Amino acid sequence: MTSKKIVLKFPKQLGDKPVIYKLVKDYNLEFNILKAVIMPDEEGLLVMELKGTADNYKNGIKYLESLGILIQPLSKDVTRDEEKCTHCGACVTICPTFAFIVDKKSTPARKIVFDDKKCIACELCIPACPLQAMELHF
Amino acid sequence: MMKTITEINEKLKNGEAVILNAEEMIDLVEKEGIKKAAQKVDVVTTGTFGPMCSSGIYINIGHSKPRIKLSAGECFLNDVPAYTGYAAVDISLGATALPPDDPRNKYHPGRFIYGGGHVIEEFVKGKDIKLVAKGYGTDCYPRKKLETFINIKDVNEAVLFNIRNCYQNYNCGVNLSDKTIYTYMGVLKPNLGNATYCSAGQLSPLLKDPYYRTIGIGTKIFLGGGVGFIAWQGTQHNPTVKRKHNGIPQAPAGTIAVIGDLKQMSHKWLRGTSMLGYGVTLTIGIGIPIPVLDEEIAKFTAIKDTEIFTQVVDYSKNYPEVLAGSLGEVNYAQLKSGEIELQGKTGLVKVPTASLSSYYKAVEIANILKEWLKEGRFLLTEPVEKLPGSETELTCKLLKERILTE
Ligand code: SF4
Ligand code: SF4
Repeated sequence: MTSKKIVLKFPKQLGDKPVIYKLVKDYNLEFNILKAVIMPDEEGLLVMELKGTADNYKNGIKYLESLGILIQPLSKDVTRDEEKCTHCGACVTICPTFAFIVDKKSTPARKIVFDDKKCIACELCIPACPLQAMELHF
Repeated sequence: MMKTITEINEKLKNGEAVILNAEEMIDLVEKEGIKKAAQKVDVVTTGTFGPMCSSGIYINIGHSKPRIKLSAGECFLNDVPAYTGYAAVDISLGATALPPDDPRNKYHPGRFIYGGGHVIEEFVKGKDIKLVAKGYGTDCYPRKKLETFINIKDVNEAVLFNIRNCYQNYNCGVNLSDKTIYTYMGVLKPNLGNATYCSAGQLSPLLKDPYYRTIGIGTKIFLGGGVGFIAWQGTQHNPTVKRKHNGIPQAPAGTIAVIGDLKQMSHKWLRGTSMLGYGVTLTIGIGIPIPVLDEEIAKFTAIKDTEIFTQVVDYSKNYPEVLAGSLGEVNYAQLKSGEIELQGKTGLVKVPTASLSSYYKAVEIANILKEWLKEGRFLLTEPVEKLPGSETELTCKLLKERILTE
């Protein structure tokens, strides 16, 4: 039995194909979707746990890769150094899963809240944060 | 009804002055009108906390034994080159300076992990900074090499001197091309994927005194957590840009040069900053108190985000190629709503917005300044001289490039 948490990055044109359905039907895999972000006309991101026999798992992954889907293990963790963060907001439009939220009701207003539950460790914010406040852990 | 700065200072000393930050002033004017607010309020505090590249420090490190003249042209602070074209042991360091071995944009976009801005932050924090420098040897300055640590508490003078800070309004940046670009306006996603802006808007100092009636040369300010002064107009000071009827410039306009004792400042308000694919800079906190001398000033200090407009500029072509043209005018309330509407290739598109300067921290600065004023330990200053204003002919020019001839 193999069970792993993986991050899938979909190319644009794949958004509407029944990929997951095929994984279940043809490869007899169990899945548990942890996070999904699929925007029209953009790349999609899916984080899920995939479970099945070693062979089925391997073939399922092969099938996904044949579709041009990028697969990465989810073994990383992204945190914010609260001392370093200035709440500038540069990260807000960088994060594909909207993990940074402008809190209009904070005092003072416009504190940038980092919701790590939404984070899929894509790492985009790490070089983009001008204050080097975002950190990657393995 | 008119007040003078002397009268307001008397009130400050007696703890009787009414001080509001610009946000609170906006609320008060909304509730009670300009007339009442002008009578009630003595000072309005402003603030901004954003990356400002034309910043730097100068230091006198003290003479070594035997003496050295550092002006041989090689001097590094934590491997970042400092400028030594002064007398023996005076050096200056700019916020954007990079170590010679930084890969820069060789592998685009470069990370710019460490540079002048970061040295300044660590120096202010009290960390030891490695100094490696050369001299060429003279009869009076025989030494040729110096390698030591320096610390802010040991040097003679450490001064923050920024030749352009605190822009009165700034562009909103977007990218019309089909690839991501990396700019001083942050990471701009292709095809109007996002829009960035860099002003505290209704809290930003020069937007609250648009004609520089009270902010001038000699004005005492909050600078980097300490006390500083306005030394001059900043470079590229451009007071004659188009203004709205309320006096607010519609594009980047006035700037100030500021100076202050670095030893009193705090690393909390001077932060080394790395702009992906662009370079290193320094994020600086500045706050300026505005004395409410009359109704006109009260009105200016209560101008809100909905009344402050700026231009949307394409940083993929128009900005680098210096082509005129704005993609539209937006106000700061729209920018802060998280989304603006712009004309894209196929019609109106909704573009998500992000800020590069921290409004959250700008409020904190305005509030600290308020406390300082309340405690009576920070009094207002009469400007020694006015900044050149919209009545002058001063404009910011492009370079007149010429062919080199023998
Ligand atoms: S870009 Fe960095 S410093 Fe700015 S709000 Fe985001 S995490 Fe904080
Ligand atoms: S790594 Fe950063 S950009 Fe990526 S999902 Fe997490 S918070 Fe968002």
